[in-house]
Amino acid sequence: MLFLKKMNLNNLTLKQAKEGLKNKDFSSVELTKACLERIKATEPKLNAFVTVTEKDALEQAKIADKALSDAVELPLLGIPLAVKDNFSTKGIKTTASSKVLESYIPPFDSTVIKKIKEAGCVILGKTNMDAWAHGSSTETSDFGASKNPWNTKHLPGGSSGGSAASVAADQTIAAIGSETAGSIRQPASWCGVVGLKPTYGRVSRYGVIAMGSSLDSPGPITKTTEDSAIILEVLAGKDEMDATTSPKPVLKYSQKLKKDIKELKIGISNEYFIEGLDKEVEKNVKEAIKKLEKAGGKIENIKLFDPKYAIDVYTIIQRSEVSSNLARYDGIRYGNGRGAFADEAKRRIMFGTYALSSGYYDQYYNKAQQVRTVIINDFEKAFGKVDVIIAPTSPSLALPVGATKDAAMFGEIADVLVEPSSIAGLAGINIPVGFSNSGLPIGMQIIGPQFSEELVLSVAFEYEKITQTEQWRKLKPNL
Amino acid sequence: MKYKAVIGLEVHVELKTNSKMFCSCSADYFGQKPNTHTCPVCLGLPGALPVPNKKAVEWCVQIGLALNCGIPLFSKFDRKNYFYPDLAKGYQISQYDKPFCLNGHITLQNGKKIGITRVHMEEDTGKLIHETVDEKKVSLIDFNRSGVPLVEIVTEPDFETADEVKEYLQKLQQIVRYLGVSNADMEKGNMRLEPNISLKKDGEKGLPKYKVEVKNINSFAFVGKAIDYEIKRQAEILDEGKTPVQETRGFVEKNSSTVSQRVKEEASDYRYFPEPDIPPIRWKEPEINKLKETLPELPNVKLNRFQKQYGLSLYDGEILTKEKTLADYFEEVFKIGQKNRVTAKQIANNIINKKVDIGNIVPAKLIENILQSEKKEDINADELRNIVRKVLKDNPGIKEDYKKGKDSVIQFAIGQVMYILKKKIDTNMLRKLILEELK
Amino acid sequence: MKIDVSHIAKLANLPLSLEEKTKFEKQLEETIKYVEELGDVETKGIEPTSQVTGLENVTRKDLAGPSLTQDESLSNTKSAHNGMFKVNAIFEENES
Repeated sequence: MLFLKKMNLNNLTLKQAKEGLKNKDFSSVELTKACLERIKATEPKLNAFVTVTEKDALEQAKIADKALSDAVELPLLGIPLAVKDNFSTKGIKTTASSKVLESYIPPFDSTVIKKIKEAGCVILGKTNMDAWAHGSSTETSDFGASKNPWNTKHLPGGSSGGSAASVAADQTIAAIGSETAGSIRQPASWCGVVGLKPTYGRVSRYGVIAMGSSLDSPGPITKTTEDSAIILEVLAGKDEMDATTSPKPVLKYSQKLKKDIKELKIGISNEYFIEGLDKEVEKNVKEAIKKLEKAGGKIENIKLFDPKYAIDVYTIIQRSEVSSNLARYDGIRYGNGRGAFADEAKRRIMFGTYALSSGYYDQYYNKAQQVRTVIINDFEKAFGKVDVIIAPTSPSLALPVGATKDAAMFGEIADVLVEPSSIAGLAGINIPVGFSNSGLPIGMQIIGPQFSEELVLSVAFEYEKITQTEQWRKLKPNL
Repeated sequence: MKYKAVIGLEVHVELKTNSKMFCSCSADYFGQKPNTHTCPVCLGLPGALPVPNKKAVEWCVQIGLALNCGIPLFSKFDRKNYFYPDLAKGYQISQYDKPFCLNGHITLQNGKKIGITRVHMEEDTGKLIHETVDEKKVSLIDFNRSGVPLVEIVTEPDFETADEVKEYLQKLQQIVRYLGVSNADMEKGNMRLEPNISLKKDGEKGLPKYKVEVKNINSFAFVGKAIDYEIKRQAEILDEGKTPVQETRGFVEKNSSTVSQRVKEEASDYRYFPEPDIPPIRWKEPEINKLKETLPELPNVKLNRFQKQYGLSLYDGEILTKEKTLADYFEEVFKIGQKNRVTAKQIANNIINKKVDIGNIVPAKLIENILQSEKKEDINADELRNIVRKVLKDNPGIKEDYKKGKDSVIQFAIGQVMYILKKKIDTNMLRKLILEELK
Repeated sequence: MKIDVSHIAKLANLPLSLEEKTKFEKQLEETIKYVEELGDVETKGIEPTSQVTGLENVTRKDLAGPSLTQDESLSNTKSAHNGMFKVNAIFEENES
């Protein structure tokens, strides 16, 4: 029995792994090795990693084991994690999946990395992503697309596609991703895992390669809601190095998951069940909502501002910020020159430059920021009536490889349902609710007001609880 | 002259804070080993973020207050986007439409007010050094200066002559030094100037349709030369019935001229937008008042007070208030001197005429010196007269020579008196006394 | 609408081939056309939002701390000389 258990240590949830380590059922080295072996076995099919740091990981695991034997208690002690390749890691190549940074080694750690290191985790490596986080497929990665573990002919979504695929394939216990608009929730949806996009300013952006500075939100991608809460506790908080982080206290999210959802007002908006929405997605999400209703939730139909405008707002704001954020890549101090940008980055830089240029600022950038206010006000009004809003995360199932090639706005259009809440800086989470007939995962998002992580996580946790015994939860990707 | 010059000025002042504007690297970069005062933020490494330096922001506001500016309660930072190898991030964090300070002025000696449009906060760039390495012309970049706080002070086009510009600059330099926020040393590049110059026909209303900006000026003297050169150059073009080209020109030291810089105008679309990484600044009235209250006494106020309180001449007052340290020294000396009945005038004369080294002579010592020299004069008048009489009696030749018109003999008499007296005394007074006795 | 792609590329400091310019011009036009539907949204008198946190006055104390070493600062460059980053000669402003 024990032997079998050790073979599949990588399948454990973070919570289970923590308990196992604490009870000395296995060591961090064993756990880490299990993950590394799984990575070795599945990477040829998945391409979820840009860099695997095997040696460092085993080193860190050994140190963790020593600490564990000294009964040190740290939230992530000895837990293997995979980190998206846009988090600066001191001494470890950080590329944002772009050729521009193919050999860049940061001389510093991002705050998120610092925090997870201090929490005792073992970093397995850096996961693949859309280059510069530009996209929702990982197809724009300069190091090749990642594949969806549930069907490797399909994409994992993006931009945190490598992180989501890695978690779904049990290459890791959990992963860190980042979302500008959809980049955590959408790949989590396509890969059938839990992806939390915290409120903007809840988690430090320091050292995270900037995409849309007013939108970027780092967050966890995990196997369960509880795991998500445990990691958020580590990541969240005011950072002296990021002026946009909130001084609001960090709650013990993992201990506040159990909440009675009776009387909880759940908002459902027809505007989010858009034309072209995949029928199976629609059916599964609506059924999921019914289950929450059965558990006591009060469903209220609300009217939300048409999310189609969020595509425009997001495209303009994000690309404008991108055009400025990518200006530092001149090949002088680090990296390759500007000729090394691939098409997607060039497209976004060009549009952003245009939108900010003399004579167009009011028409595009300023207009988008005004509509952003409209969206914020609309959510505020909605949250006056309901506690959370539930909607499909992605309008489609995971798309086949190659689907996004040369679609000039693929990423922005695919993320239509997550963009409004990102634009408003809200908290949101994707949780899996089932599978399509073709065997691809379906996700649902729960959106709450700013700093409502506790609430959003507890609704997700409740859903997990009431659907715990459903057959689909036992499925594992066949790799 | 049939043209009237219309001149405006942009001045950059580097603040002498401990740390840089947006990171904690030391801002004291001068003469340091290259690229050792650098970090992810000021090198513009991927993911690094700026956090503004509170002191720098306060100092910027204090400069504005000292220049009679209004301080809007809401302000923010913006990104100014352009590419240059010394600009690490590909944008400079600056302020666009909501600067910290607006609408101030400096009053010149003749009563003319020079309007100050705005005072805003930004960051310095790295430094470029042009060299030949391995027979190839290259530019080397040191980012130690990158991110050092920089305050930009922009005037209205209110100047008409180079002299007005120079006076304004001296006043501005004096003010920032008084505030103790910058060394404002032109040679070290703590203070940088960019005049813009154009001409209009006498009596013509409004502003000319063009303006010429001049860069690379590193002394107050050169700013005068650059302006004079431009006035002459532009007048010649206008005389031919043409309009000077709107452009940026560089000052050339060796022949005090300016040359066109081949910088393309179309490149200057800075695509400003609000800096998403820095929350805006919102002041409360009491905060502004507090910054105002903590301003030191400013040079013009001090000068007035010195004239009134100490009865000093404008000339003496100007010299004594030129630098705050000297003014403070004077007042310190005066305080001590009061107990010894030493007058402000005596102290002023002493400091100015003897070019007292205020770094070496402590105020009490200076008073001692003054008293010492006073004592020498403080000799009994009767005793002195007796000695004079004795000298004239013992040396009858003095009177004879004097009558023959040989004035130089008086000097001999003074020497004789001093010899007997064995003290140094006020020779003017002694000369008067000898002349009286010779009559 | 006609877009001056060369001008935008110059502003963005992107070296684009002729082929790329043609491609991006078309895509840029498409994207511009796409986002123009924003014009439908009434925004008269509505303040723009550039930050969603509501934070204000976030500053740091003026304390100098450690910097990177020169080696660390230069560790990722391809071209350095005498402790400085080296680039091809830039037009020197006061020489001509």
